[in-house]
Amino acid sequence: MSDSVTALPQRSSRSGPTRGDAHKASPRSDRARADWRKRFEIAILSGPAIIMFLAFVIFPVFMAAYYGFFRWKGFGVPTNFVGLQNYVVIFNDQNFRDALTHNGFILVMSLVMQGPAAVAFALLLNQNIRGRSLIRVLIFVPYVISEVIVGTGWGLMLQYTGALNDLLTSMGLGAFASDWIANPNVAIWTLMVIISWKYIGFAVILMLAGIQGIPEELYEAAAIDGASYWQIQRWITLPLLGPTLRVWAFLSIIGSLQLFDLVYIIWGQYVASTAGTSTMATYMVREGRLAGNYGFGNAVAVVIFVISLAIALTYQRFVLRRDTAGALTEAPGRKQN
Amino acid sequence: MSQAALTGRTATSRRRSTKSSSGASWGSPTTYLVATVLISVCIAPVLYIIIGGFRSNSQITVNPSGWPDPWVLSNYTSVLASGMFWQQFGNSMISAVSTTAVAVALALMASFVIARYNFAGRNAMYALFAAGLMFPMTVAITPLYLLVKNLGLTNNLLGVILPQIAFALPTTVIILVPFLAAIPKELEEAASIDGASRLGFFFRMVLPLSLPGVITTGILVFIGAWNGYLLPLFILNDSANYTLPLGVQAFSSEHSVDTAAVLAFTSLSMIPALVFFSIFERRIVGGLTGAVKG
Repeated sequence: MSDSVTALPQRSSRSGPTRGDAHKASPRSDRARADWRKRFEIAILSGPAIIMFLAFVIFPVFMAAYYGFFRWKGFGVPTNFVGLQNYVVIFNDQNFRDALTHNGFILVMSLVMQGPAAVAFALLLNQNIRGRSLIRVLIFVPYVISEVIVGTGWGLMLQYTGALNDLLTSMGLGAFASDWIANPNVAIWTLMVIISWKYIGFAVILMLAGIQGIPEELYEAAAIDGASYWQIQRWITLPLLGPTLRVWAFLSIIGSLQLFDLVYIIWGQYVASTAGTSTMATYMVREGRLAGNYGFGNAVAVVIFVISLAIALTYQRFVLRRDTAGALTEAPGRKQN
Repeated sequence: MSQAALTGRTATSRRRSTKSSSGASWGSPTTYLVATVLISVCIAPVLYIIIGGFRSNSQITVNPSGWPDPWVLSNYTSVLASGMFWQQFGNSMISAVSTTAVAVALALMASFVIARYNFAGRNAMYALFAAGLMFPMTVAITPLYLLVKNLGLTNNLLGVILPQIAFALPTTVIILVPFLAAIPKELEEAASIDGASRLGFFFRMVLPLSLPGVITTGILVFIGAWNGYLLPLFILNDSANYTLPLGVQAFSSEHSVDTAAVLAFTSLSMIPALVFFSIFERRIVGGLTGAVKG
């Protein structure tokens, strides 16, 4: 992202007035007035959004970097400067390293479990079947309801005395009944199932939108050439779905690294680490906010941010580059003059 | 830019062509089988919550995965009769509606500048909002809480609404810019010949023409704000100020033995987002097509 910004043509508007001077027809003062008016409009229209964005998104992130160097309980101005001590503690804490491992596992498994399934479901739902629009609404339902509701509902269902184990027993599969939430051997898989259930609707809708963006002519041409359904999907849909797949994977990766709500709601701050589902974000809330160590909590936030940013930039550099290079430099509108 | 309009057009023409042909064909049974299984998996847990709310606690204890027998309405009626539910429902409404209105309005104005004005910082402005996608709330939550605390807005809905607006801006701007850029230049020229200023063009032409994008982003922001958990968790600490997600969690820990009531409370709190979504569902696919491709 950042390198495409620096590569942009700078100060393109400067050329406007100088070229205007050459045309003797338009008086200079009119042009200057129009120029001021334009700047005024730009400031009025974009100012509020930029101020809000800088104040509540960018500023806090920089403050996190500052607070992260202090041992601080959150009252008054931080004074107890400890340098990199917080960071040393974080990386030597087995709990944090466990959480980081869990994040990595969730990241990889989300891509592996949801990606192929989402493409398959999108292909399925793109066919001429009755009730297609109803199916589309229903598949999106888990995405629309909140994490708290998902967590509460699944939490009750998966209790040891809950509906799932009862259902398994009544079907004669009682041997498979398990303590889905507290058993450290299965808990992370339980989490993966819930995550996939919650977020696959979004992936499917994205893929559907991507498939519908593929020009119809390509399919007609392939059909005329006698290509089978699977050949068409393999050689036309999949390659042209590439940009959508890469954007989805990017969103999924960022989401996996920031995962908090579901884990915190179902497992809580203590069970999460014993059941092996804690994430960097639950570690941050537990050690920072709940323990009252705001300096330390901010340092954890910085670590999460740097890890996310490093992975995001790497991904962008090697995977998304083809797709976004044009998007950032050209998308913001047509060239006026 | 023009690509967004293009994909929009092909999407609609494709939909039209499939609709006309779907009247005749039914497709293969396997397709229906897979689709049915998929849909069952998607909605079974939701049905479990809704139907569970119609059972009594003894029914749930004796037979956790059973059907209501008889159907019990008292769980739902007692939640609907409680002042706390409506209080928290109202808080969620205030938070979601004002976040949506302000975020979409601010993003529309900024997107108009990015899409239709030619000036030095234009691309930098777009990149600034695009970079915002990398700053999820999880990372900023601790300093954000401290900032809100210093502004004296803890335990105040405004302390939730302002950051929500700011964090909704990147996605909204990214989706709206292609919509605004796709409005033909001829329309703007025609408007200026008719004597409209650029601002007049914004209010008379851009607002109506960008309505599909505005609705798409509006739904996404509304649902995000309605479902928000982490920010209210940090900012609000009095149950009278809770939004529904916090309310659900508080209710389920206070009534941990009253499973049926928890299920009723939970299913009532998901209704608004579901209704809102199902009304505008068609817009989401169309809007995302423009965003992904644009």
